[in-house]
Amino acid sequence: MSLDFAQDVQVDAPPPVEEVPSRGANLRANLRQLARKPVFLIAVLYVFFVVVSAFWPKLFTSAGPYDTHPETAMLSPRLGHLFGTDLYGRDLWTRVLYGSPLTIKATLIALAIAIVAGLTLGVVSGFFAGFTDAFLMRVVDVLLAIPGLLLALSIVTALGYGTIPVAVAVGVGIVPGFARTTRSEVLRVKTLPYVEAARAGGASWGRVLWRHILPNSWGPVAVLAVLDAGVAIIAIASLSFLGFGAAPPAAEWGTLIADGRNYLVTSWWLSLLPGLFVALLVLSLNHISKTLQELTR
Amino acid sequence: MTRYIVGRVTQAVIVLWAAFTLTFAILYLLPSDPMQLQLAAAGVQEDSLNAEQLAAMQHKFGLDQSIWAQYWHHLAGVVHGDFGTSLSQQIPVSELIGQRIGQTLLLSVTAAVVSLVAGSALAYVATFVRWNPLRIFLSRLPALGASFPQFFVALFLIQFFSFKLGWFPATGTQGAASLIMPVVTISVLTSSVLAQVLIKSFDQTLRQPYIVTARAKGLSRSAVHLRHAFRNAALPAMTILGVIVGLTVTSSIVVETVFTREGVGRLAQESVLSQDVPVVLAVVTIAAAVFVLVNLVVDLLYPLFDPRITHTRVKAPAFVEGVTQ
Repeated sequence: MSLDFAQDVQVDAPPPVEEVPSRGANLRANLRQLARKPVFLIAVLYVFFVVVSAFWPKLFTSAGPYDTHPETAMLSPRLGHLFGTDLYGRDLWTRVLYGSPLTIKATLIALAIAIVAGLTLGVVSGFFAGFTDAFLMRVVDVLLAIPGLLLALSIVTALGYGTIPVAVAVGVGIVPGFARTTRSEVLRVKTLPYVEAARAGGASWGRVLWRHILPNSWGPVAVLAVLDAGVAIIAIASLSFLGFGAAPPAAEWGTLIADGRNYLVTSWWLSLLPGLFVALLVLSLNHISKTLQELTR
Repeated sequence: MTRYIVGRVTQAVIVLWAAFTLTFAILYLLPSDPMQLQLAAAGVQEDSLNAEQLAAMQHKFGLDQSIWAQYWHHLAGVVHGDFGTSLSQQIPVSELIGQRIGQTLLLSVTAAVVSLVAGSALAYVATFVRWNPLRIFLSRLPALGASFPQFFVALFLIQFFSFKLGWFPATGTQGAASLIMPVVTISVLTSSVLAQVLIKSFDQTLRQPYIVTARAKGLSRSAVHLRHAFRNAALPAMTILGVIVGLTVTSSIVVETVFTREGVGRLAQESVLSQDVPVVLAVVTIAAAVFVLVNLVVDLLYPLFDPRITHTRVKAPAFVEGVTQ
């Protein structure tokens, strides 16, 4: 969870006085440090697995998502049916994996919207300061005043259901966070001596912005992007759980969990195992983001 | 001081107005065919109407007026507490919300109180214990709690405590027992958010020189922790009270749906499903009003706890971004 005042504290801190190693050496040292964190590695591996299985589900399952086998309906989890089977004998594990691309696509769209709009707002706001800054930050305040899920709900009401409207709705909801983080980073970097040096050397503001400010302020934004990927996944899964996602028989994670809810008494695995699958993904993303944050500090 | 209060109140009103306007714009400007949206919500097929009936319907929904006229009509209504008529249920929205808001208020207020207590207790213990493994475990706990989707927590609780142990009813709004699991579901998230902020704040406070002074003059560790550290650490955490309340309100959408409770959250879910635009507009506006109001109260109370605040220019409260889902 990123907090503004926490970041402001960092902004106030004097820049650390140390010898600056080359970027390559820095990266290698960081990677070595990360390799020594087993939980971090597990988290990365899990995210990697989910992404790979979303694009090539056949690597991990031989069944089809819509193959019905009435004779093996409502099986509890076992070898061959890792997550059990549903009312029509469809393998749940397969359905979860085939549901991944929908949710991952929605997450990527949401993040793309948030990053593009948030970065633009933040850079313009931090860079031009003055009236533009005050105005844009009030806009962000208004966006923040509408709780995220409700803003998403009104967008879904207006645009209709489906993966894309849900993705747009969630994306708009996380724009303010990106805008604020980018702004505070741009404000911090703008006052650093090398920006002044570049200006004194005759570089135009545009060039300074593109070559000096942006490359040096995207770090915290990237960390926030990983964190918000987790937030977006929860939001997207929640919206499809509430019934606003892709139309059946295609099933996003949230839809699967909502469907399984009706059989909770007899077959808990139908909703709880897909739920755990999602929860572990969010947990992994949050852990990755947190570790990266500690590293960049 | 008067200037501070007037400034804050004005700002709150402006933010609320802008939030209403933005939601109105989303709901009335984004749809390519608002008429079709509203007819669908009212359960009427657009094709089944002749031109005369269509015009009559348009007049009924106010869609024959310009968008400005519609906007002023709605804004004036909201100021007077009139949110129009529900398209799917044909009764005034304010009545619809009035019937349900009690349940949601009960749920949200209880959840907010529980998460305040639980979150503070967790942060307090996590920074007080000395045994390192426990300390690390406790301070990592909030990150765990904030990672679990609420529908997952809710379903897990239902499966375990209702179906396996039979302790609490799985659904409904009957009695205090039915309130426990929904409150726990919401509090897992909100107390985690609060604890994360508090732990961070505690860590910073405990490094302050006055803590060393207090210890050096002979106060016990627990006295310093409670009387010196906690009171100062809790101050920054006050600014996220608005976020906590906002979270409990939005959480009610998922939680009331899972636990089948007749509240405003479930009304919101149903209204989006039936595309009942006036109800959605009303619920979003009310939620934004609650959020703005809590932040306003925090802003007004803050100087009482921390007199330094009116002397410097006040920053907008820090929001926990992205978690307001």
